[in-house]
Amino acid sequence: MSETQTIQNSAENVSGASILLDQVTKQYPGQTKPAVGGLTMEIPAGSIVMFVGPSGCGKTTTLKMINRLIEPTDGAIVINGDNVTDMNGDKLRRQIGYVIQAGGLFPHMSVAANIGLVPKMLGWDKDRIAARVDELLELVSLDPTVYRNRYPKELSGGQQQRIGVARALAADPPILLMDEPFGAVDPITRQRLQNELLNIQAELQKTIVCVTHDFDEAVKLGDWIAIFNEGAQIEQYDSPERILANPSNEFVENFIGSGAGLKQLTLNRVHEVEQQKAVTAAPGESPEAVIARLQEAGQQNVVILDSRGRAIQWLSQRQLSRMQVISDAADPNLPLVNEQSTLNEALDAMLVASTSAALVAGRRDAFTGLITVNTVMDAISAGQAAAQGDGDAPVGLNTGSIPQISDDDAPVNAAATDRHAATNTEGDAAAAGSTVAATSENASRPRDDAREPHAENHDTVNGHTTTNGHRAPWDETRRDSSATDRGDVGEENLTETRDRP
Amino acid sequence: MQPSAYGEGGDGTRVWDFVRDSYQQILFASWQHLSLVVQCLVLATVLAVVLSALVYRSKTASALANGVSAMGLTIPSFALIGLLIAPFGFGVLPAVIVVTFFATLPILRNAVVGLNSIPASVVESARGIGMSRFRTLATVELPMAWPIILAGIRVSAQMVIGIAAVAAYTLGPGLGGFIFSGLSRLGGANAFESVVVGVVGVILLAIILDLLLVVLSRLTTSRGIRV
Repeated sequence: MSETQTIQNSAENVSGASILLDQVTKQYPGQTKPAVGGLTMEIPAGSIVMFVGPSGCGKTTTLKMINRLIEPTDGAIVINGDNVTDMNGDKLRRQIGYVIQAGGLFPHMSVAANIGLVPKMLGWDKDRIAARVDELLELVSLDPTVYRNRYPKELSGGQQQRIGVARALAADPPILLMDEPFGAVDPITRQRLQNELLNIQAELQKTIVCVTHDFDEAVKLGDWIAIFNEGAQIEQYDSPERILANPSNEFVENFIGSGAGLKQLTLNRVHEVEQQKAVTAAPGESPEAVIARLQEAGQQNVVILDSRGRAIQWLSQRQLSRMQVISDAADPNLPLVNEQSTLNEALDAMLVASTSAALVAGRRDAFTGLITVNTVMDAISAGQAAAQGDGDAPVGLNTGSIPQISDDDAPVNAAATDRHAATNTEGDAAAAGSTVAATSENASRPRDDAREPHAENHDTVNGHTTTNGHRAPWDETRRDSSATDRGDVGEENLTETRDRP
Repeated sequence: MQPSAYGEGGDGTRVWDFVRDSYQQILFASWQHLSLVVQCLVLATVLAVVLSALVYRSKTASALANGVSAMGLTIPSFALIGLLIAPFGFGVLPAVIVVTFFATLPILRNAVVGLNSIPASVVESARGIGMSRFRTLATVELPMAWPIILAGIRVSAQMVIGIAAVAAYTLGPGLGGFIFSGLSRLGGANAFESVVVGVVGVILLAIILDLLLVVLSRLTTSRGIRV
C-alpha cells in the first residue's frame, strides 16, 4: 500500500532527503567485533524507516552515525547526494532533527527557548523564531499561549515528548532522527503520540529514521522496517506487510513474535475499510416504531444517538421489545472505536464486548457506522495477498562484517557473502523480491556494487570522499562509487589526486 | 558583673563608645573587607569554573580536583599567609592570593560535582541538535550546574570572610586589622573593644553577604530548575 506511494513521492514534492549509508562501519577500540559492520543502507526520501532489533544490536549506533553524533570508523554517509562524512558535525546536526527519549529538553529553558534553539543557532531574528515557535506548538497540538512560557518540569511526559519533536522540527530539517522517542511514556499517551507523528508526517513528508525495540510500534509507524541483528547485521529490510507475511529467516520470525496475522491488522485503519450502515434512533422514540424500522431494514440492532450524534446505546430487537421508551442513558461498555483506530483495536473492542461488530466514531465522536468481524477477516486476507507482490524495497545489507570473520582469506570472504545473500533470497520464493534482490533499478544497482569488491571496501570510501562537496543526485554518487569499484586504475588516480595538496 | 581582666569594659557601653568614636574607620574597614571578599569570590568563581570545565570530562582529573580541594582546605590559612609573606611581602597581594585560594576550593568541588551530575541524555540532545562542545558547556551544562556552583560560592563566602580577617596579618585591608591590633595590645585602652568590633563586624558581614548571595541565586537561577 503505502510503499509504492512513498517511492513515487520521493521523486516529487517531498521535503525529506534521501540517506545512503555506504559500507559504514563503527569499530570501537579494544573490541574484536565491530558495533556496526559494513552496513550499506538506503533510506528513501519522505518515508519513515524503523530500526528494530534486540538491545546492543547496533541500531542506535547506526542512527547516531547518520548525524555523526558517533563518527563512523569507515564508510560514507550520503545525504541527498552530498557526502557529509567530512563536513562540520555541528553544522550537519543543525540540519537534522534529533529526538531522544523523554524529549531531552533543557530544564532551565522555557518551552519557547527550547524550541527556538536551533533557529537561534542558525541566526534567525527574534520575531521569526517566536512565530516559528507558535507554529510548531500548534503543529504538536499544544496551545502556544498556555505552553510557550512553561518550563519542562511543568509538563507531562507526553507533552515533553511533543516539545522534543517540535524542537527537532524547528529549523524545518529534511531528516528527523528519533531514538526510542516513545519509550518513556505510558501506553495510552504513546498511542496518541504515534498517531500524532503519523499526522505530522502526512503533512510534512520528512525522512524519519526511528529506533525502537517495540516491533508493534515499528509496524504501526514504519513505511519500511529494518530488523537488525548483532553488529547491525540487517536481517530483513522491507515493508511491514511483507515482513509480517514473509519473514526472511528464523531470527525475524522470532523477533516478530507470535500473532503475525494479528499484527497485520495494525497496518489497516478503520477508515480504510468499508463500514456498514446501521439503523439509528434518538432517545425518546417509541420502541415499536424503531422495531418496525429495524425489520424494514432487515437488521437486528439499533444504535441510539444523542443530540450530538454520538452513540450512547446499542440495542437489539429483543431489548427494545421490553422497553417502554428509549432512555438517554449512555452505556459505558459499548464497543466504540475511532476512525483512526487500527483494525487490531477494533477487533479488540469487539472481543472485549463479545460482539461481532464495533461502533465507529468519526469527527467529534459522531457515529459513522459499523465495522464487523467479517470486514476485519477480509482485511487480513487482503493484506496477505498484497504482501505476495513484487518487492521494491530499499537496499540494506552488510558487507564489511563478513571479512571480519576471517580477514586473511579473500575467496572465503566472497563465498561467505554469497551465502549470506543466498540465505536472504532463498528464504521464501515469494520473498525473493523483498530483502536484497529487489526488482527496481534503484535497488539492484547498489547491490552489485556491494557484492563485487570485498577487498576494495576502503577504496570505495575514497571514491566517495572525492565526490564530497559537489552536489549530485545520489544515484550519480552511486554510479561514481561503482565505477571506482570496478576500475582499480581510476581509483588509484582518484586517491592520488586527493593526496596532492 | 566582675570587671574583666581585659580592661574595665565588657558591659557594652564602652564598645558602643568605641564604635561611635571610630565608626568611619569601622565602616571603611568593613567596606574594604567586603570588597576584598567579593572580588576574590568573583575571581575564585571564574577560576573554579574554568578549572572544573577542564577536568569534569575525565574521571581521574575530577577525582584529582576533588582531592586537591579537600587537601587544600586542611592547610591552616594563617600558615599559608606566613609562607606568602616571604615572596610577596606585606600588603594586599598576599591577602588576595590567600583569600582567592581558599575561596576557589569549595566552588571547584561543587562545580565538578554539578557538571558531572548533568544527565548524559541532556548533553546528548544538546550535541544532537548541533551545539558545539563549548556551546553545550556555556548554555546547557553551566546553567544547569549553576545552583550547585552557587551553593559552593555561599560556603566559600562564609569561609573566606573569616580568612580575610586573618589575612589582615599581612597588613591587608579589612576588619582583621581591628582584631590583630586589639589582640596585640590586650589590656590596653580600647584593645578589647577593638577585638569585639572586628569579630562582630565579620559576623555581620558574613550574614549580609549570604543574604546578597541568596538574592543573587534567586535572580540567576532559571525558574525551570529552581527547587
